[in-house]
Amino acid sequence: MQILCLGLSHQTAAVETRERFAIPDTELARALGTLGSLPGIAETAIVSTCNRVEFYAAATDVHAAMCSLLQFAAERGKCAPVVPKPFYALKGEAALGHLFRVVSGLESMVIGETEILGQVKKAYAAAAAAGSTGRNLNKFFQRAFNVAKEVRTSPAITRGPVSVGSVTVDLAEKIFGKLAACRAMILGAGETSELTAKALLSRGVKSIFVANRTFERAASLAAAMGGEAIRFDEAARRYPEIDILISSTAAPHAVVTRAQIAPVLRQRSGRPLFLIDLAVPRDIEPCVNDLDGAFLYDIDSLQAIAHQGMEVRRKEIARCETLIARHVGDFHAWLTTGRPLPSHAEPGTAEPSLNPAAS
Amino acid sequence: MDRLPLILSTLCFLLGFAATLASLRTGRHGLRRFHVAMMAGGFALQTLFLLQRGRTIGHCPLTDLFEVLAFLSWSAALFYFGIGRAFRLSLLGMFTAPLLVLLQTGALLAPIDPPHRLFAPHNPWVQFHAALCVMAYGAFALAGVAGVMYLAQERQLKRRHLGVFFFEMPPIADLATANLRLLWAGILLLSAGLASAASIGMAVAPSVWTWGAVLWGAYLLLSLARRMGPRRTALFSAGAFLLAAAALCLFNHFYQGGGL
Repeated sequence: MQILCLGLSHQTAAVETRERFAIPDTELARALGTLGSLPGIAETAIVSTCNRVEFYAAATDVHAAMCSLLQFAAERGKCAPVVPKPFYALKGEAALGHLFRVVSGLESMVIGETEILGQVKKAYAAAAAAGSTGRNLNKFFQRAFNVAKEVRTSPAITRGPVSVGSVTVDLAEKIFGKLAACRAMILGAGETSELTAKALLSRGVKSIFVANRTFERAASLAAAMGGEAIRFDEAARRYPEIDILISSTAAPHAVVTRAQIAPVLRQRSGRPLFLIDLAVPRDIEPCVNDLDGAFLYDIDSLQAIAHQGMEVRRKEIARCETLIARHVGDFHAWLTTGRPLPSHAEPGTAEPSLNPAAS
Repeated sequence: MDRLPLILSTLCFLLGFAATLASLRTGRHGLRRFHVAMMAGGFALQTLFLLQRGRTIGHCPLTDLFEVLAFLSWSAALFYFGIGRAFRLSLLGMFTAPLLVLLQTGALLAPIDPPHRLFAPHNPWVQFHAALCVMAYGAFALAGVAGVMYLAQERQLKRRHLGVFFFEMPPIADLATANLRLLWAGILLLSAGLASAASIGMAVAPSVWTWGAVLWGAYLLLSLARRMGPRRTALFSAGAFLLAAAALCLFNHFYQGGGL
């Protein structure tokens, strides 16, 4: 018996391709039934999320099963029954390691995210309910969930933001707590500031002002985000109303000065002000950061924090891979020779530590 | 043996502190729940100790520095439980637990607990005054803790270097609010305590009145001075607790032997 996986993900296919092969919940039971009846396949499960579509099978005949999976995928995507480029076809230990990495969040767009574990659990539950899994896939998926749990005993794999947008949002939450009461202002309607503002809106920021030298551009962006457009020369007058200022103008000199911000802070009764300067050359005088209650971050400092977060996660990935490789070896031995699976994380066993401090 | 609940309470706080450190290191959130359970257990044991001591001496347990420190620690724990779950789970407990361990260990180890005497019934207003004042110091102690946390968080944000504890800390705006609320709770309790002393015409030395008034004035200014900015408020609330602790020692010295 071998485990096979045929799939595509955000790493190999664009969203237009992924959505062609995606299987909605309403069609899942029928798809599982069809897949399970194909030659060479003894057991099957389908993981279909916005970032990946993967078909897992326990195969009695590897070649026939892989052909069946390809045939099924081709019919689904209305294409020729050969391995289309974005698909990966994995078997044996490669397939085992792949699912272990997927549920652990190592294959996710944001490394270490935890949503995927719930999605795979749901997919497995649907397959089990449809009767398409058996002894091998049951054991395989349950093992995968245990591996994910072990991987996540390390906080570093999920800790810390890894992009400028997520750094900004995380910092805003560390400054204000819940963002529902916060108002933000975009100064200069550039692409990065727009993305950053959208990230803040997605976390519940109450309202957004958009100021731009070209008022029409401010108005169109404000309309797209459900905010309010204001004239550029009126922006400073509205500073007392905001909690977060995102600046990204093309001005050759500072457009936000200490002299403007100091009186604003005095009016805020101790409530902090978060300033994000995404412009080069910088829009906000660096000495604003010296003011009590003002927290200024420029593009370099945001990128440095994102880089720091990514480095921590990268170091963790190496440790996670070691742990996963051991589990793959154990599971493959069980599958091929029937050797009993060791119970994981038994006291006294030499468990590779995921904690940097412990190594 | 009557100190046993206080000893066990100190151990609970110590274990709670260790659990938070371990949870930060390993990321196991179950340890945070253990921390809160230990804090709750420690608080219950503190309460038991103070009740038993009060019954034994027939007086509010504020008759010597040992009891004052135990009562102060109990007040700080009370405020810790009073200011919200969010703060407790985001490291405030971790900063509070060592303070409680320090206060109680100091009380248990220092020779400041003379053999018990049975006090003649006192004017209950005098005991009420003392209890209110020590509870005010408990609030000031926790305001000092929140102030230290604010400064630690602010330092990381200003320097743009986020340490390992950064993502476990409460939002800095919440810390500033908690700091101010605790200062207000303390100033209200202290005002009530001083007013009760004045209303019964309590006979005290002028130096004690002076210290009390200075302390009250300093904290009142601190609570009112919103334009001072959150950083200075945090800094002063951490520093002012030292002033409060000095005042507490002075008052205890004055009342030593007679019971508060």
